[in-house]
Amino acid sequence: MKNSYLLSDFTKNTLSLNFQGELTLCTITSFQKELEKLSYNDVVKIVINLNDVSYIDTAAAILISKIRYKANTQKIPVELVCENGNFLKTIQLVENKVDFKTPIPHTQTLTFLEKTGYIFSEYYRGFVAFIAFFGELFVTKFRYLTSLHKIRYKEIFFEMNESALKALGIIALTSFLIGLVVAYQSAYQLKLYGANIFIVDMLGISIFRELAPLITAIVIAGRSGSSYTAQIGAMKITQEIDAMRTMGFEPFAFLVLPRIIALMITMPLLIFVADMMAIFGGMIVANIDLHITPQLFIDRLNEVVAAKHFFIGLIKGPFFAFLIATIGIYRGLMVKDDTQSIGFNTTKSVVESIFAVIVCDAVFSIAFTNLGI
Amino acid sequence: MALIEVKNVQTVFGSKVVHNGLNLHINEGEIYGLLGPSGCGKTTLLREMVMLQEFHGGSIEVLGKKIESISERDAQELRQRWGVLFQFGALFSSLTIAENIALPLKEYTKLSKDMIETIVKFKIKLVGLQYSDAHLYPSEISGGMKKKAGLARALAMDPKLLFLDEPTSGLDPISAREFDRLILQLRDMLGLTIVMVSHDLQSIYDTLDRVAIIDNKKIAYEGTLDEVTSVKSDFIQTFFKEHA
Repeated sequence: MKNSYLLSDFTKNTLSLNFQGELTLCTITSFQKELEKLSYNDVVKIVINLNDVSYIDTAAAILISKIRYKANTQKIPVELVCENGNFLKTIQLVENKVDFKTPIPHTQTLTFLEKTGYIFSEYYRGFVAFIAFFGELFVTKFRYLTSLHKIRYKEIFFEMNESALKALGIIALTSFLIGLVVAYQSAYQLKLYGANIFIVDMLGISIFRELAPLITAIVIAGRSGSSYTAQIGAMKITQEIDAMRTMGFEPFAFLVLPRIIALMITMPLLIFVADMMAIFGGMIVANIDLHITPQLFIDRLNEVVAAKHFFIGLIKGPFFAFLIATIGIYRGLMVKDDTQSIGFNTTKSVVESIFAVIVCDAVFSIAFTNLGI
Repeated sequence: MALIEVKNVQTVFGSKVVHNGLNLHINEGEIYGLLGPSGCGKTTLLREMVMLQEFHGGSIEVLGKKIESISERDAQELRQRWGVLFQFGALFSSLTIAENIALPLKEYTKLSKDMIETIVKFKIKLVGLQYSDAHLYPSEISGGMKKKAGLARALAMDPKLLFLDEPTSGLDPISAREFDRLILQLRDMLGLTIVMVSHDLQSIYDTLDRVAIIDNKKIAYEGTLDEVTSVKSDFIQTFFKEHA
């Protein structure tokens, strides 16, 4: 790339700026800042010479008109020496359009009170939208429950495979490791008291009642809930959802209900797998660390852990599934017309659904304890 | 002098042949159109020229560089010397219009902040936007404005070569003609070379110096618009019939 340079000369109160070479965006940087800082005190006349210039682009033209403008405001005459008609045309084009006075208006800054109000009104609107979503969901649900032939079985089975069965591997692995870790940590403590056999009681109750359902829900929220949001959000941006609406395909029936129903059916099955894998993990540690044979482990499990613990864990499944699926889909439908809001809503979807699952679990805990189950 | 030379280019998508030996050249200072029926691979060819798409045979030379065997450094330099306007603007949605236009200037030049703002303001005016639009985000403006902002961003670095993908589609007729005038003005004053894909007959006749018509995986015609109707091709006959 050719260089450009500036020969400046200040004699007899005349500032001559002699530009040389190819004046472009990239080449003017070497003198642009100095030129702007130059003060015009004592300057009576400025001469700009472009005769040794081989090419100028609009950025260079802007620089030249900037000098002319600055000189003009200080009432200093500027002489532009330029024989090339094209350069003059470029400078003319720039001077017709460019404006050194008006700054680009920026978004007005909000005061603290305005900001607070804005945030709260956003929350309020979000809350109202969620209620509206819930209402629409139930109305559609009832409409479809009364006419069973309208339920979209194909989509439900597809979603069962996509969002639950394909998650089987990761859920099995995670819960196996959790069973292993919990057993390993408690084995050491129990050994101190010689209470080796109680590891079965501890693992049985904690895994069946709490750990397996929660681990499953968290994995599903991170895996399937987020994919619901991203998928439906992208469909909103590409106007697929609008297209469905105009063609009379209710998005709630086509997209929302199949996902919720699919997840509610498969969640207890996933929890069952998590139960088995976590107990299996615990059993391995009990065998190696505490010398409890698998036979003894299973006998003891049968004896001390009532079946109700197992069923309570499974019952939580559909509730967790409902929360994860509704929040994921709701967040997907909240996506606005830009790519950033997909990321924002996906994050929100995962955080909110995990939070909702834990709150729901706490409510169950209190309710079941008070009911004496 | 030819700024772009396309020699015997072949493109295959899966089992579908899109281009089977395309040859064309684009001269400096020309406004060159790529025309043809939908699905003939005009946009694909444009994407191949700007290194977004690989081709499977032949060679493309842009500004003296063979892009099938270009080094990363040369490619990066080349990318600063052209501007690309995508069909829907492709503005960055996390930045305002002004920030979108300023981005290449901030990344690639050492100009002062004040100078960058002046350049941004000039580009905004040049493409016919208002200063009051400058702080809006892409999601807050109309399709036509997105296109103008996209052109302003493409022009930010004062490129010698400009690629436009359907620049007037989605614009109202008045804006479309303004766009045509703007393109002609830019070419005359700044000596730009412009390559565009277009379907807009009015714009084709008003702006293009030469065209290449892609039909049936080949170039059906390359040259000025005066002789285009003499070619025997179904697409050309129907497309240019009313104007002839």
